[in-house]
Amino acid sequence: MIEAEYVAPSNLGELFKSIEGRAERVKFVAGCTNVLPDLRAQNPAPMLLVDLTGIEELRRIEENNGVISIGSLATMTELAASEIIRTHGPILASAARALGNPLTRNRATIGGNIADASPAADTAPPLLALEATIHTEGASHAKREIPVEEFFIGPNQTVLNQGELITRITFPIPKDPSASSHIKFGLRNAMAISVVSVAVVLEMQGNLCHRARIALGSVAPKPIRAYLTEKELEGRKITEEVLESCAEVVKKEISPITDIRASAQYREHVTGVLLKRALWQAAREGENSTNGNI
Amino acid sequence: MNKRKVTFTVNGERHELVVEPNELLLNVLREKLGLTGTKYACGKGQCGACTVLVNGESFLSCLTLAVAVDGAEIRTIEGVAEPDGTLDPIQEAFLDSSAIQCGFCTPGMVLMGRELLNRNPRATEEEIREQIKGNLCRCTGYFSIVRAIKSCCEK
Ligand SMILES: Cc1cc2nc3c(=O)[nH]c(=O)nc-3n(C[C@H](O)[C@H](O)[C@H](O)COP(=O)(O)OP(=O)(O)OC[C@H]3O[C@@H](n4cnc5c(N)ncnc54)[C@H](O)[C@@H]3O)c2cc1C
Ligand code: FES
Ligand code: FES
Repeated sequence: MIEAEYVAPSNLGELFKSIEGRAERVKFVAGCTNVLPDLRAQNPAPMLLVDLTGIEELRRIEENNGVISIGSLATMTELAASEIIRTHGPILASAARALGNPLTRNRATIGGNIADASPAADTAPPLLALEATIHTEGASHAKREIPVEEFFIGPNQTVLNQGELITRITFPIPKDPSASSHIKFGLRNAMAISVVSVAVVLEMQGNLCHRARIALGSVAPKPIRAYLTEKELEGRKITEEVLESCAEVVKKEISPITDIRASAQYREHVTGVLLKRALWQAAREGENSTNGNI
Repeated sequence: MNKRKVTFTVNGERHELVVEPNELLLNVLREKLGLTGTKYACGKGQCGACTVLVNGESFLSCLTLAVAVDGAEIRTIEGVAEPDGTLDPIQEAFLDSSAIQCGFCTPGMVLMGRELLNRNPRATEEEIREQIKGNLCRCTGYFSIVRAIKSCCEK
């Protein structure tokens, strides 16, 4: 079992004071759904557990001048229920609902999900497609704003420094939040880690796609944006043929592996199928809502 | 290690305890308070046998540090029946529906059912199945458990 000291600061000032000069031993804990199983599987050096759950200012979900801000401590249950997220980032609400099961969702935080940086992290594809920014604060109050596409480096690896805290995550409200779609595909309904997940945000004018943001989970060493596929789609009408070519292009930018859940070949095939489905759904919703506006 | 004093209520009774920072709520309940109704199975969040309610919300006690529930109100399976032993309607329903075989999953299932009914007394079968997604049962095949919870819902 782990040997640890424990602090539970009630605000950020207290937090940074309590870790001063000890950043190298800090382990932040939020919902503990990754931390505790991980620590018990390893035999880590003595550490300073810094419990974030008492810091109210890290819990807020708010909208300000067209930007949504989510405190890193927001849980999946809270994201799935939030009117702000359901209205302005429905694909993130969908991903939050799809994570694990109710017991996990009550604890699992968005900060923990992205800091853990699993290639299958469920909130990552929606955040990538929404072009989110990760706001952090480190020792001596150094603040950074990191675009989410630069945040992940590899399996369970991020650009975070030791002792650097994710404070909040922001994203600009998309022009048409309804022209978006999220699909998580797992091997069964209950508690499944995704085999492939897809998130797309489109800007449509009628049937024409102006702008596309496409992100994928579980098909590369980290959650990724599918830049080539976005280029393939932008400026074109959504037709069966275009979707088919997107499904071909996307295979060039993924590097799925074979693991206990699925083979690489299967993942490649399913990615194409899900991508077409997600684009079709998003385009149809977007088309309906722009028609409604005219 | 820096031991800490924590205070919380379990099934209405206040406890003041000294715990290590690495102690799990599950072990404190079972070993320090003798409340062995809460079960230890996987210890990794995979099975739901260790479910308790913390401030009314379902928690996995195997993934919860005891130090982190300082000040909380906790309910375990021992606190579901009335103090005089009268069973809660949901416990009666589990008996009536034969929703208990070996019984290992039952504390978690009953508490998940209780949490759902407190929040939504008219839950549908789909909502019940969603609610117990994280609770494994190796015996019943779930059907009788869903039926038991459903029978407690308002029509
Ligand atoms: C049964 C079960 C099912 C699961 N299913 C899924 C699933 O379907 N999809 C999925 O994506 N995940 C799943 N998970 C994994 C996990 O629940 C999520 O990744 C969760 O979001 C982690 O959040 P947490 O608050 O529990 O993080 P913690 O475990 O508390 O922390 C995780 C990591 O993040 C760091 N950290 C936490 N908060 C911050 C912060 N604010 N700043 C910097 N670092 C921080 C911690 O130091 C640690 O390294 C599952 C876990 C379990 C036990
Ligand atoms: S013992 Fe806690 S989930 Fe299995
Ligand atoms: S009754 Fe045996 S595990 Fe559910």
